[in-house]
Amino acid sequence: MLKIQNLHASIEDKDILRGINLEVKAGEVHAIMGPNGSGKSTLASVLAGREDYEVSEGEATFLGNDLLEMAPEERAREGVFLAFQYPVEIPGVSTTNFMKTAINQVREYRGQEPLDAVSFLTLMKEKMKLVDIDQSLLSRSLNEGFSGGEKKRNEIFQMAMLEPKLAILDETDSGLDIDALKIVANGVNKLKGKDNATIVVTHYQRLLDYIVPDYVHVLYKGRIVKSGTKDLALELEEKGYDWIKEEADAATA
Amino acid sequence: MSKDDQILEEFTSKEYEHGWTIDIESEQAPKGLNEDIIRFISAKKEEPEWLLEWRLNAFRTWSEMKEPLWANVSFPSINYQDIIYYSAPKQKATPKSLDEVDPELLDTFKKLGISLEEQKRLTGVAVDAVIDSVSVATTFKDKLAELGIIFCSFSEAVKEHPELVKKYIGSVVPVSDNYYAALNSAVFSDGSFCYIPKGVRCPMELSTYFRINAANTGQFERTLIVAEEGSYVSYLEGCTAPMRDENQLHAAVVEIYVKADAEVKYSTVQNWYPGDKEGKGGIYNLVTKRGICAGDNAKLSWTQVETGSAVTWKYPSCILKGDNSSGEFYSVAVTNNYQQADTGTKMIHIGKNTKSRIVSKGVSAGKSQNSYRGQVHVMKRAEGSRNFSQCDSLLMGNNCGAHTFPYIDIENKSAQVEHEATTSKIGEDQIFYCTQRGIDEESAVALIVNGYCKEVLNQLPMEFAVEAQKLLALTLEGSVG
Amino acid sequence: MTQATNQNDLVGQLLAGFQKFESQLNGATGSVHSLRKKALESLDLAGLPSTKHEEYKYTNITKAIEKTFSFDTENTSTQIEPQEIEEFLIPGLDAHILVFLNGVLDPSLSRWEAEAGLEIIDLPTALKEDSEAISKHFAKYADYNRDAYVALNTGFSKDGSFITVKANSIIEKPVVLHYINVVKDGQVHNHPRNLVVVGENSHATFIESFSDVGEHESLTNSVTEIVIGQSARVDYYKLQNDKENVYHVGTTQVQQAKNSYFAAYTFTTNGAITRNNLNIDLEDEGCESHMYGLYLLNGKTHVDNHTAVDHQKPNSFSNELYKGILEDKSRGVFNGKIFVRQDAQKTNAFQSNKNILLSDQATVNTKPQLEIWADDVKCSHGCTTGQLDEEALFYLQSRGLGKDNARALLLYAFAIEVLENVKLEPVRKYLEDLISERLRKDF
Repeated sequence: MLKIQNLHASIEDKDILRGINLEVKAGEVHAIMGPNGSGKSTLASVLAGREDYEVSEGEATFLGNDLLEMAPEERAREGVFLAFQYPVEIPGVSTTNFMKTAINQVREYRGQEPLDAVSFLTLMKEKMKLVDIDQSLLSRSLNEGFSGGEKKRNEIFQMAMLEPKLAILDETDSGLDIDALKIVANGVNKLKGKDNATIVVTHYQRLLDYIVPDYVHVLYKGRIVKSGTKDLALELEEKGYDWIKEEADAATA
Repeated sequence: MSKDDQILEEFTSKEYEHGWTIDIESEQAPKGLNEDIIRFISAKKEEPEWLLEWRLNAFRTWSEMKEPLWANVSFPSINYQDIIYYSAPKQKATPKSLDEVDPELLDTFKKLGISLEEQKRLTGVAVDAVIDSVSVATTFKDKLAELGIIFCSFSEAVKEHPELVKKYIGSVVPVSDNYYAALNSAVFSDGSFCYIPKGVRCPMELSTYFRINAANTGQFERTLIVAEEGSYVSYLEGCTAPMRDENQLHAAVVEIYVKADAEVKYSTVQNWYPGDKEGKGGIYNLVTKRGICAGDNAKLSWTQVETGSAVTWKYPSCILKGDNSSGEFYSVAVTNNYQQADTGTKMIHIGKNTKSRIVSKGVSAGKSQNSYRGQVHVMKRAEGSRNFSQCDSLLMGNNCGAHTFPYIDIENKSAQVEHEATTSKIGEDQIFYCTQRGIDEESAVALIVNGYCKEVLNQLPMEFAVEAQKLLALTLEGSVG
Repeated sequence: MTQATNQNDLVGQLLAGFQKFESQLNGATGSVHSLRKKALESLDLAGLPSTKHEEYKYTNITKAIEKTFSFDTENTSTQIEPQEIEEFLIPGLDAHILVFLNGVLDPSLSRWEAEAGLEIIDLPTALKEDSEAISKHFAKYADYNRDAYVALNTGFSKDGSFITVKANSIIEKPVVLHYINVVKDGQVHNHPRNLVVVGENSHATFIESFSDVGEHESLTNSVTEIVIGQSARVDYYKLQNDKENVYHVGTTQVQQAKNSYFAAYTFTTNGAITRNNLNIDLEDEGCESHMYGLYLLNGKTHVDNHTAVDHQKPNSFSNELYKGILEDKSRGVFNGKIFVRQDAQKTNAFQSNKNILLSDQATVNTKPQLEIWADDVKCSHGCTTGQLDEEALFYLQSRGLGKDNARALLLYAFAIEVLENVKLEPVRKYLEDLISERLRKDF
């Protein structure tokens, strides 16, 4: 589904990603871990098409199409979803209104009729249950004055609404207490299927107790320096990142 | 050119959709302004002697005044002798019903999306349409009359209710108030008159549409609203004008007299022709709007969505004279290309425990200049008065300007006055968040702008809110959710 | 918009004094003299501003001067005992002290020591020498076409000081300029003029303090130009604890070079009419400016603070906080302008003006003004005017404080938000004492 080869990206002439290789197939869950500043969030942003980053080398294809050529909205319409680490506030625009605009533009792209008000509301009610989100929250201005947990639940709610093929969760666990974490993870698990894939970007192993990955990759200095199964995550939890850093630094020295 | 610039470029290239001229033969006065022209207008309208005298007095006052230069707008000086001051669409007789109205005229309103028939049927809005300078049709008059509500053209009011007109004309905006008000007082051609009797709650929105059609004409309409004790009315005003190369002048006066316990809501959606991309043509919108809360507990609320005109000079104001009276001003002003807007409000607190609230949202794009200018004045005896002002400016592109000039004058210690203002650009992270959800950038900007203006748009009556959103989307192209 | 109507006489009287002024120059008429003449031409043309002038809408100082002062005769007596100076000094402040009597630097009362990098010269000497620095900087920044009082000062500029700080110098001791008007025998009026040039990467602190001795009226119309070099830092204080018969118009004009820092602290506690203009031009990137002001007014005192910050280049920051407590028939005027030019992207500018009115006779006129031509900026301003929070007052009373004490405490807390930013310990102490004294005495 997603194929990344030798991907290099920089921001303001600072190299962040220095040759990422990764393949994600339908039905898989990949976790990307790594110490702070290793490039985890950059990878998520580059895949979603944030313009601040410049891709200098390498390629990424999504369902056989050149992902990097596409505008952010095209990627979204093709089925790439990014759950933001810091969801953005948009005053005066309710989540409901926001989602209605988004869904109908995605449907238009796919040659589908726009949803009428009733079907939209029905869909919304169904997805709301998934992340235990309240109707009143969705009528408020998007993310404005939301608590950390509410913002993250809102991200997963939007993911449920848009039914992406590839979901990228960027540090969705940061700042969440254990209850909120369970709700978010539960939502993600329910959305998992054999036709879609998930990339979980996280610093800590904790989230992976609830969203169990098929593969774990460790990112360090802009490269994947180690890959393994969920046991690797447990090992990291126990031993920290230092041994990986040493190993990687020794290899490049 | 960055992508953002491209979108902005697309916005700015959006053409004015209401620009067509209609072929309705009009009856015009010769160009120029002197006492004879005023006599001509007055005679045409078969006015009583006292009104002619009132006009002549206004003309003399105006002749001695100077054009104000303090606003943050610049335009070539107007040659007041090169303007046609009276232009009436030719009609055989006053229409008694819509059937008698020139079908072409009705078509015009259809093009505006405000077909009188449709309005009448579907929304129950009573409409007074003023084209060029003359009021052509007022709907729902009979139904309103049953409640004692008078809603008619200004000229009709002069004939049918001279005592009311005589009593209130100039009572809120005196002839000598300012240059453009004096000019209007001398030459005003028509407009709307509305009277709500004591204790009556007007059951429907009253609406006036203004349109300048003939070339080289100035439109000088005059609106007078009187709300007797304990009454209520919500009044809407919409404006359009065709595309023309020359600048056209619009100098209207709106006076609102609100008595004790009465409430008036006045909403405007202004979409006069803003001129082309090079800044050629467009309307000079130099308007005086003011209301007085004369009695205790009176309430006056102004809401405006200003997207049109080459130059806007407009400060809908509230004189809060009655104790516990309150005034509100909600404004969205969008400027694009070479448009200039200097708009805001005055809240004059005279009575005790008077309250006012100002919410102003400016959006500047292209090479436009957008200024908020407002005054909050708490007078000595205005014990316990409150004001809250919020003025936000949103900037799109590198060549526009946003300016805030609030004057706050407090003479009473118990006053509580707060003013907040912010200026910022649309956040790139906001746009990215939207596009990541599949919304294209153009719609994202429209969505964000619409959200930013929401507090004001919410104040508009339903029928108007939809239209206002359409206008915002039209000025800033893209579908607005 | 300038109205010269009634002030013709006043301007005429002032201009008439120019010949006598020239004769006092003893032929010392270098490049500056043509500047003086140009400035006076500008004044003659514009006249002094009346309330019809937008910038002087609320402050009719021109009329007050016309009514109060006579310019035909001049009181030249500067009889003062050294101990009379003592009471104006800031206790515990180790500083270079310059004393000006009626606008003229008095070397016998002043005391400054040599400090590396610091040079202080009295203005007449500096103008006579007509150095390169003088011709480059003198009267080049405070625009006499913009303000007729600056024109008046420029026209009569003779006395004052020229202070330079060399590059890479940290000046340990603050430089204090004490202006003392001796009005024991009659009115005085003067036009002190200072030029401060601070070199690259240096740091210095300047304090201007204004006081009177005697019972007659005084008029001070001062201009201080401060030129701050790249990466340099200047702290500037203006302290005004004048008497009721003091009229003051002062302009502080600041030019900031790249990455420089400037902070201004303006404290006004008395006077008849005071008008302070603080203009800061951020001429390059990375500048930082802070403006703090506090005015505690009573009686019929009228204080007008006009500030203007001009962001001309990207990535600069300005922050402004002015607070006022007004009682009796006092009047406070605040006008804060923030300009953000088209080039000045990524500007952050904040402004706040807060006032408490303690009497129905007191008035506040505030106009916080934003003018922005760049699109990628963050600017905000806020202002509030009100009275003391009744709820807080009640809370304190319910804890056993007497009403007067509770009031004083709340006012003190209101004022302290400005004082907290004063880094110079003795100055802060001095101001705190001044405020406490005022609050205890009056409530």
